[in-house]
Amino acid sequence: MAETTSQPTPIESAIHAVKDAVAGLRKTALNLVHRGHKATMVDFGGWDMPVSYAGLIAEHMAVRTGVGLFDVSHMGDIQLRGPGSLAAVNQLCMNDASKLQVGQAHYSAMLYPDGTFVDDVVVHKLSENDYLIVINAGTREKDVQWVRKQIGHMGGVHVNDFSDFYTQLAIQGPKAEETLQKLTDVDLSEIKNYWFKWGKVCGLYNVMIARTGYTGEDGFEIYIPSDEPTSGRVWGEVLAAGEEFGIMPCGLGARNTLRLEAAMALYGHEISDTINVFEAGLGRYAKLDKPSFVGREALLEIQDAGGPKRKLVGLEMIERGIGRDGYPVFSVSGEKIGEITSGSPAPFLKKNIALAYVPVEHSGVDGVVAVEIRGQMVKAKIVATPFYKRPKKLV
Amino acid sequence: MAYPAGYKYTKEHEWISIDGETGTVGITDYAQNSLGDIVFVDLPKVGDTLKAHAVFGSVESVKAVSDLYTPVSGTVLEINEALTSAPETINTDANNTWLVKLELTDATELDSLLSSTEYDTFISEETGH
Repeated sequence: MAETTSQPTPIESAIHAVKDAVAGLRKTALNLVHRGHKATMVDFGGWDMPVSYAGLIAEHMAVRTGVGLFDVSHMGDIQLRGPGSLAAVNQLCMNDASKLQVGQAHYSAMLYPDGTFVDDVVVHKLSENDYLIVINAGTREKDVQWVRKQIGHMGGVHVNDFSDFYTQLAIQGPKAEETLQKLTDVDLSEIKNYWFKWGKVCGLYNVMIARTGYTGEDGFEIYIPSDEPTSGRVWGEVLAAGEEFGIMPCGLGARNTLRLEAAMALYGHEISDTINVFEAGLGRYAKLDKPSFVGREALLEIQDAGGPKRKLVGLEMIERGIGRDGYPVFSVSGEKIGEITSGSPAPFLKKNIALAYVPVEHSGVDGVVAVEIRGQMVKAKIVATPFYKRPKKLV
Repeated sequence: MAYPAGYKYTKEHEWISIDGETGTVGITDYAQNSLGDIVFVDLPKVGDTLKAHAVFGSVESVKAVSDLYTPVSGTVLEINEALTSAPETINTDANNTWLVKLELTDATELDSLLSSTEYDTFISEETGH
């Protein structure tokens, strides 16, 4: 068995660098660290990212029962700054940023005029007239172009693409707070869910620490400088701090199964430029009482017309089989009614689960449908989402 | 990574070991490692006739589905029922975890399979290592 934490030799690194350059893959500052952990790497939206290290199930369970560490530096960061920034954010995004206090964040989305998704985002209010919008990796360039196009005519706002400035680490799980607390002077117990503070982390001043994540678990995301030595050092210090809790580096594989158990949307799957906000079940984040935002008129029309025709539902396989992305869904009478957007075994729940779009008349909980799995019809039941909800903390 | 010398291999990453007229089939360590945590195995029925190179079942990990290809033609004598409840055994010991036992139709088909050294070379070329 090979030593699992050895660094690649300079020759190996050089070979990887040349291959990746030829493939046109982008890398985070931690790329060599991942290779040093012998991670299985994958092309994720043009990024060379770790899909798993020790094993997807073990990583998934570490986050549900202890703590896991993710490199999510491929995510993008757009800053909107200036006296016109609130108006700009509120025109671009469906949620109401005027409700945010300094140090608070919320889930939101940028929409096309027809009410479908440019991207889902998390908006952070850094200070008065200063917002940070965290966007998805695969849509970075598109999003930045979209932001500039939509608000180019608006005065008093400056757009900065800070995507390459940060290494973004997610420390997730019930032991995330105890792990990160060892490395910072900020009292983490004072940071509420979807709030953030700045403080010293691993000796670095002014690091943004947000109580956010994409796992359905408690946890933090920290934003540190994106140079390789700093990124590698902080990565190592977080792993050392979490050692007593069995921390594991976690890849995109576990990130996907964790977010699926929590029924959180993934761009290109549950949300896209052909799916609208109401279909995705995200209407509660669309503040139609705002006077204006891109997509608002279309959403009002959909609402006036009686709501969406199809709906995102949770499925649990009741017969033996795993429904996966793109598999067709049928009614019990054999009529094709929809498609799975994400489907996988759920490592913590130990069930085979999926999210799927089906017509509203077929979307009732406990309804039985069939998923076509390589030519076989396999029964599934519609269940309430999220599939997994973390236990409430006692204090 | 060791591939037992007594086995024969396919380019689709199955192994077969031969005992008289009976062939025992599994997937290689390389295959289990590429798939990751195996959670589901779909196998044929005892008595089914399998044709060489045809799909005879599938293995699924959390993240992927992979078809199983028949190394050589034969009739299914036995399937490894234990894999239904413990498919992860394949991850622990791929070389010794069998999927099906076949009664071979034509033993000469074995000649077209890879030896362990040939398979090892094939993997090296595939992965560029």
